[in-house]
Amino acid sequence: MITLSHYLVLAALLFSISVAGIFLNRKNVIVLLMCIELMLLAVNINFIAFSFFLQDLAGQVFVFFILTVAAAEAAIGLAILVLLFRNRSTINVQDLDAMKG
Amino acid sequence: MTFELILFYIFGAILLGAALAMISVRNPVHAALFLVLAFFTAAAIWLLLEAEFLAIVLVLVYVGAVMVLFLFVVMMLDINIARLREGFAEFLPAGLVVAAAMATVLTLVITRFITMEVPERAAADYSNTAELGAILYTEYVYPFEIAAVILLVAIIAAISLTMRRRPDTKYVDPATQVKVRREGRVRLVSMESVSRDVQKNKSRPSKSRNDESAQDKNK
Repeated sequence: MITLSHYLVLAALLFSISVAGIFLNRKNVIVLLMCIELMLLAVNINFIAFSFFLQDLAGQVFVFFILTVAAAEAAIGLAILVLLFRNRSTINVQDLDAMKG
Repeated sequence: MTFELILFYIFGAILLGAALAMISVRNPVHAALFLVLAFFTAAAIWLLLEAEFLAIVLVLVYVGAVMVLFLFVVMMLDINIARLREGFAEFLPAGLVVAAAMATVLTLVITRFITMEVPERAAADYSNTAELGAILYTEYVYPFEIAAVILLVAIIAAISLTMRRRPDTKYVDPATQVKVRREGRVRLVSMESVSRDVQKNKSRPSKSRNDESAQDKNK
């Protein structure tokens, strides 16, 4: 039988992997955005697991809204990324220091 | 070990493997494809949790739209991968330590303190989509509308950020083409009509016959 801890541990491992991904790929904005998507996925697994084990659909509604916001975030983030690349010809985080004092 | 548990372990292993591959591959295109694999397996795990509607939405919206957008951007931008990989080895120990510490603490807390009884499986005629729709359009209707507005804002923001007017293209505005009227293009000039002979004598009275025929050809 799959218990709640199975799902929660899986989501926790997924979240840790994406945190490690943010550490490792801190130069590449695209992979950073993908790591954020992975984090949101881990959180969504938690929500759905609790929704099932509490027999309460509110968790799934919450996941629905998280998916909406994540899609909007990805669209705007990628638009900013395209704009950035057009103006600076780079997406390296180190080169984006125009506002540095 | 039940069949469900075997499925859970298979999909969980693929999910974690895809996530690890995503953060460690060199090419961003491969990273995006591994993220697609992670979304597919996560959808399978959501199916095990009886969240059928959201599993399908995850595949349709994420794999079908968001990840295609990611791939599109990755392929459109001409990125120097070698420079972006600088510091990968440098931050590897720090990243591993943070991730391991986080995973350990979270796992300890989850396995020690959180236990819940496993509920009964839903009946075969239970419709997750219908149930979700029933509360989404009644209890959560205002949040639902706000979500729609957020998507509208995202559309407007993405378009207005990336749209630019380029003066060097030979683009024709359809609105100006439609607006063209006869008066703008054609000008009628009323002139007095004169007969051919009179015109010849009037314009070149002193020239010889040969010159006149040459000039007529040139006309």
